Amino acid sequence: MFTSAILIPAVVNGLMTGAVYALVALGLTLIYGVLHIINFAHGALLSAAMFAAFFAFRLLGLDPYVAIFLLAPLFFAFGYGLQRFVIGPVSHGDDRNMLLVTLGIAIIIENVLLYAFRADTRTIDLPYAFKTLDLGFTFLAIPRVVGFVAVFVVALVLWAFMSLTDTGKAIRAVAKEKLGAQLAGIDVGHIYALTFGLGTACVAIAACLLIPTYYVNPTVGDAFVLVAFTIVVLGGMGSVIGALLGGLLVGVVESFSGLYLGESLGQIGIFIVFIAVLLIRPTGLFGAKA
Amino acid sequence: MKELAPIITVVAVLAAVPLIVHSNTALNFLVVMLLIALAGQGWNVLGGYGGQYSFGHAAFFGTGAYTTAILQVRYGVNAWPGFAAGVGAGAVLGAVIGHLTFRAGLRGSYFALVTLAFAEVLRILASVAPITGAGVGTLIKLDLHASALQFQSRAVFYWVILALVAVSLLIAHALDRTRFGAWLVAIRENEDAAKALGVDTFTVKLGAMVISAAITAAAGCFYAQYFLFIDSGIAYGTRMSIEALLTPIIGGAGTVFGPLLGALVVKALSEGATWIAGDAPGLNLIVYGCVLVLVIAFAPRGLVGLVSAASDFLSSSKGKVAHG
Repeated sequence: MFTSAILIPAVVNGLMTGAVYALVALGLTLIYGVLHIINFAHGALLSAAMFAAFFAFRLLGLDPYVAIFLLAPLFFAFGYGLQRFVIGPVSHGDDRNMLLVTLGIAIIIENVLLYAFRADTRTIDLPYAFKTLDLGFTFLAIPRVVGFVAVFVVALVLWAFMSLTDTGKAIRAVAKEKLGAQLAGIDVGHIYALTFGLGTACVAIAACLLIPTYYVNPTVGDAFVLVAFTIVVLGGMGSVIGALLGGLLVGVVESFSGLYLGESLGQIGIFIVFIAVLLIRPTGLFGAKA
Repeated sequence: MKELAPIITVVAVLAAVPLIVHSNTALNFLVVMLLIALAGQGWNVLGGYGGQYSFGHAAFFGTGAYTTAILQVRYGVNAWPGFAAGVGAGAVLGAVIGHLTFRAGLRGSYFALVTLAFAEVLRILASVAPITGAGVGTLIKLDLHASALQFQSRAVFYWVILALVAVSLLIAHALDRTRFGAWLVAIRENEDAAKALGVDTFTVKLGAMVISAAITAAAGCFYAQYFLFIDSGIAYGTRMSIEALLTPIIGGAGTVFGPLLGALVVKALSEGATWIAGDAPGLNLIVYGCVLVLVIAFAPRGLVGLVSAASDFLSSSKGKVAHG
């Protein structure tokens, strides 16, 4: 019943979706790796970024791919400020408080969007949105291919930044040993905020890559972020390679469970994988230790 | 008996309210307030006393509500045993989730995540499964007789939920005074140390989870009886999970009266916001989010903590004057 003519496109499409998942997960895992908190506001930030990309196109006529260069710095600054002036000071250095504060921020952002834009679902029309690429065995929508390539470019840039610059070295130092880094003269508060900013910028880029083929509404980020949580757990908390591979894997799993179980039950496939991974191997497939 | 005096006083005062207030709007406000206080007290047992922060307590609320509703509508079970079955189903679900997560050693953010995921799985299942009425929801038949656990007068509903809240207050009070409660608090403060001192952390956490789930499920059962309608969004949606954790956090996590106080504040604020800005979608939750952040910033021990800090401050400054 399911021949390779159906299965191969399902795999390829899953990989394309998975790449964007991976980018969202990359931001999450970066924040977790350094700050050791799960950022519950990640989904709400994604929704906000998708609205920003939407309005950049509608009001300013900016192509979503051009908007990346405006929104990524903007969301970087927003994330930096959020950690430096809200999450950091408010939580008094207590992990449970940080968890609650990011939850509080998620609730605020999501509902401000709901209040401002209502629950309507919006889309944009781009001339190239339905152009396809013929691979011989399957057709791929151009925006999905662009997204796939862009994610790997971002991952490469991030990797270069982390391993080649002094700031990247400082971030890695803080992730490894916070107190030691502080004694060596690294401003931990600044690094925390920087990392949070980078994670938020990843979300903004993901939003720009998604908006040409996806819709936006105030809770659109939730679906992605639960998937991103799954990926991060699957790939091992704090592991960048894990986030990339985990993202691709989850994209394929979702594509398959959608094929076999239908749309809404397909989502359950993700949750089941998520719960199962957490219960059986909470350190993830690529993580060293919790 | 002496240490029970505050609980008896508070419950007695609240019980007298319908004798003075006859407005249906006011009583409805109080019923909903007590309802989220009850759901919050459930969260408080596990989160406040035990330090295990669940982000998915809607799982228990919804299971209680659906069990009661489905037993009545589809199997013709009487509402009273239906109610008990709902509480039981919540407790069983708590035991299952607790067993899985605590056996796997999940703590902190991981525990919060998994509870959230369980609630979401249940929400999606309830929105497609025929037995729950899928997207349409389940409607309980109107039958205003005490035998069907439905009442003509809101005052009676109010006394029923108040009785449930009173029981939950007694349970929280018992945690303050029993060895089990002390173990639970020890786990909250330092789980590894508690374990090293011989506390069976797995069993204690599991016990707390079962009690917690049962209390929150009772709130769900009451919801079904009071509103006679339930759907997947109401039952398992994030809103309930948020309200269940918000009330004890605002009032004072790990205190007997925290959830009740928090529920009063949360309900008053959301009514106030609706009154000022109209009934716009999302507004209540914006207020909830802001209050959550502000409370953590300025009153990390909640309102109860704020009050006790103030009284400590007053008594210590008096002491200084006496000595000086």
